[in-house]
Amino acid sequence: MNLQGILNEIEHTDPEFYERTSQRRHILKSFGSKVALAALPFALGSLFKKAYGKSTDLVLDTLNFALTLEYLEAEFYMMGNNASGLIPAGPAVNALAKIGADEAAHVNFLKTAISAAGGTPVAKPTFDFSGGNGSGNGPFKTAFTDYDLFLAVAQTFEDTGVRAYKGQAGNLMASNDVLTAALNIHSVEARHASHIRQMRKARGAAVKPWITGSDSGGIGAAVQASYNGEDVTTQAGINILNINGKSISSNAASEAFDEPLTKMDILAIVDPFIV
Amino acid sequence: MKEELKENELATLQSAGVSRRRFLAYAGAFAGAGLLVSSVTSCKRDDSNVLPMPAGAVDLGSGDYGILNYAYALEQLEAAFYTEVISKPYSGIDSGELMLLTDIRDHEIAHREFFKNALGSNAIQNLEVDFSSIDFTSRASVLGTAKAFEDLGVQAYNGAGKLIANADYLVIAGKIVSVEARHAAYIRDLLTNGTFADSTDANGMDMAMDPAAVLSIAGKYLKTKVSANNLPTT
Repeated sequence: MNLQGILNEIEHTDPEFYERTSQRRHILKSFGSKVALAALPFALGSLFKKAYGKSTDLVLDTLNFALTLEYLEAEFYMMGNNASGLIPAGPAVNALAKIGADEAAHVNFLKTAISAAGGTPVAKPTFDFSGGNGSGNGPFKTAFTDYDLFLAVAQTFEDTGVRAYKGQAGNLMASNDVLTAALNIHSVEARHASHIRQMRKARGAAVKPWITGSDSGGIGAAVQASYNGEDVTTQAGINILNINGKSISSNAASEAFDEPLTKMDILAIVDPFIV
Repeated sequence: MKEELKENELATLQSAGVSRRRFLAYAGAFAGAGLLVSSVTSCKRDDSNVLPMPAGAVDLGSGDYGILNYAYALEQLEAAFYTEVISKPYSGIDSGELMLLTDIRDHEIAHREFFKNALGSNAIQNLEVDFSSIDFTSRASVLGTAKAFEDLGVQAYNGAGKLIANADYLVIAGKIVSVEARHAAYIRDLLTNGTFADSTDANGMDMAMDPAAVLSIAGKYLKTKVSANNLPTT
């Protein structure tokens, strides 16, 4: 396709296109940083999208929802990594620094991407990592002094993040670039979850890198909502248990597929952490 | 570029009924478009440049079925690999590794059989693998290959997401890719603890890969040649 072909298609798709996107063109001029360049396809990608109005709003809303969750994770690790005496010396220090850096990078990326696409990034909420809705007295109030509890909350945030991105993929289909970026973040959250689970296992928790049934790995009722529904063993109407005569246990059948959660489910889960 | 457009295209655009204001907007868009070369060139609308299919290659097909067959091909490869790994474990394997690698084998078989059933009569044939380059007695060879397969699987699913038209299939791909990412992180940590997410770029993100690039890597392990020529490209 040549440039004139693209112009013709845009003109054909939406005669008012250029009036709508003039604001984005101004934003393009302000790009400079590395992260901004990486987010550039969002702005330019929107020039080629056939979706406008509601679907653009949906993409921006979804990115802001993701940003809120990334703020939560980034601040959690920042506080944990800065809490003196919390993280034992050794490989855990580097692992949690890496995860924290990834979450902070996700925050920056999403903020830039939202601006590039013509939206306004939401402000960072005030968090209560005790899970006490601002009381500071929730079930995780010792998370920054009790390392095992810190890892338990970290695991839950990562596993929940994976479910959140997965649940939003369909809302990003209007933009290939945004969808791909979200998928590229989604799989990193799963890598984090896998490692945190191994860190917990090394400290005695009965947990694997993947989610078995709807088991939280011994964390308990306070986080169960993040694991409910992970135990399904039927996908798209196909029973995975012993599928086609292969020996696939119900544990393996549930582990082989991670399950999405809706935005409403996720907001209910993170609500106690947001003041 | 902007100036050239003004020089060369203004007359054409104006004669085509495009207002001056709109033309200037076009030109403004192109002022930034030099940075978009890769996106533009991947926006192919014609099929005239399709490469000839290698003789005897299995065609994955087109549309969503093509993408599902693409995933099915990769899952066939992974399942065959881990089946071999578990049938003759490498020397020095410990019980924890054996247990979790057996889990991974079962996950990959579950994925493979799922796609086979989901595709039904649209499914490609069973692919023949070529693992002659892998030393299954060597932990380093097995885990090195496992790492390559899992990271490739993540990049493949991440790259395929945008090619899927049906939202339900996109969710299924999402359900699988995060499990592949959990595998990838675990295998990486077995090789070198702490490298679980060293696959990421400066934005803390994994990277997506297009089917043709994925298959050029995976093809090394497949006796049966696979063609992605009819898969969607956008």
